[in-house]
Amino acid sequence: MYDKGTVLTGLAIFLVLALSAVGYNMIAGDNNKPEPEKPKGYTSCVLEKSEMAKSHMQLLNQWRDEVIRDGKREMVPAGDLMVEKSLQNGCLHCHTSKVKFCDRCHEYASVYPYCWDCHIAPVEPAAGKEAH
Amino acid sequence: MKVLNPFIAVLVLIAAGGLLGMSQGTQFLVGIVLPCVAFLVFIVGFIRKVLDWSSSPVPFKIPTTCGQGRSLSFIKEDRFDCPTTKADVIVRMFLEVFLFRSLFRNTRAEVHDGPKIVYGSSIWLWLMGISFHYAFLTIVLRHMRLFTEPIPFFVPVIEYLDGFLQIGAPVLFASGLILVGAAAGLMARRLIMPQIRYISLPADYFPLLLIMAIGITGMLMRHFYRVDITQVKQLTMGFVSFSWNNPGGIHPIFFMHVMLVSALMTYFPFSKLMHMGGIFFSPTRNMANDTRAKRHINPWNDPNIKPHSYAAYEDEFREFMVGAGIPVDKELPPEPAATEEEEK
Repeated sequence: MYDKGTVLTGLAIFLVLALSAVGYNMIAGDNNKPEPEKPKGYTSCVLEKSEMAKSHMQLLNQWRDEVIRDGKREMVPAGDLMVEKSLQNGCLHCHTSKVKFCDRCHEYASVYPYCWDCHIAPVEPAAGKEAH
Repeated sequence: MKVLNPFIAVLVLIAAGGLLGMSQGTQFLVGIVLPCVAFLVFIVGFIRKVLDWSSSPVPFKIPTTCGQGRSLSFIKEDRFDCPTTKADVIVRMFLEVFLFRSLFRNTRAEVHDGPKIVYGSSIWLWLMGISFHYAFLTIVLRHMRLFTEPIPFFVPVIEYLDGFLQIGAPVLFASGLILVGAAAGLMARRLIMPQIRYISLPADYFPLLLIMAIGITGMLMRHFYRVDITQVKQLTMGFVSFSWNNPGGIHPIFFMHVMLVSALMTYFPFSKLMHMGGIFFSPTRNMANDTRAKRHINPWNDPNIKPHSYAAYEDEFREFMVGAGIPVDKELPPEPAATEEEEK
């Protein structure tokens, strides 16, 4: 083997980089799945739970376009309830906490949507404030 | 056609991934067994290849010199195009690995009316190559969100910069478009330019098609077919914790994507993709042009064959050289005077 020192150093760097995720998981890993807090007193949303989990962001984008650009503000059924096509008055009507609902999964999946660049995040109860 | 077989191979991989991803039972195969085996093959294959290369001797000092080498003090030296020290070689390698400098130097000759020939810079290959590689790096780093919990600080930063166009929700990442676009450009180069097409082999088309398929399935999954990312992450965290945690209900397109990535990792150590490690083993790049200062010993020289200097050579053949009228450094010893007299 020629240039032993250089080659082994290079291979060591390669191995460390390639196995960094496994190592990180061994040292700092936390494999708990996120548990967003369900709203109390409501049982159904505007779509099936699995659909909402997958595609709520596309629905919100669609609502935004319909409401802001086309002026279609009609209410949407969510089970027996009619809700506004709105983040603050619709979604947050039932899901009252951003920290305990939105952020749980978003932080798990490293998703930082720009909703809150314009919208005002709900005032969290005392426990939530401390977390900020 | 040389492009047809690789294309069929990629289609078969997509179909296999989709089919195996349809039922819970076979998801185990494509969702954890295959990626883990592929990753192992990638790591072990990569190391074996590097060790193999490192045991191959370099018989000659063959750096490509693209500029003025070190000479007299009043002649300007081109340090990084004709490096003479190890430090200069490191700078040259750095520029090569991170900026693809030798591709950037590409020129093109054109014949114009006159006739006269014109040489111009041609950086299309460099542009497609470098955007492809950096897009790939960005995507790999972005995917670390699926393999780490808590997610390290750099992932959201990269995602923010990558998605700064803020198109749609989930936000469109520029790197995905650049990767597929640049790979398509590199593919078009091989298909359209006759001289490149002539020298292109299935092994050139397959990785390009495979990586394009990976990019396309990834973007389809993100923007069209939709998967629940928290479910996906529960599954992918299994790769780093060596466990199987399938929440069920993940769309088969995810398994197509995983199948293609597994194929890429398995294929990697046995293909041209090994240029990732091979760049460091390129004697034309990693050697210093210092042959006049240091003697390069060929490692496979037979130690029993001793060096034969010119002085020794001349000693051996001086008589014949003088006889043939070849100039010599050292003249023949003067003939003894006695013999000369006898001849007279």
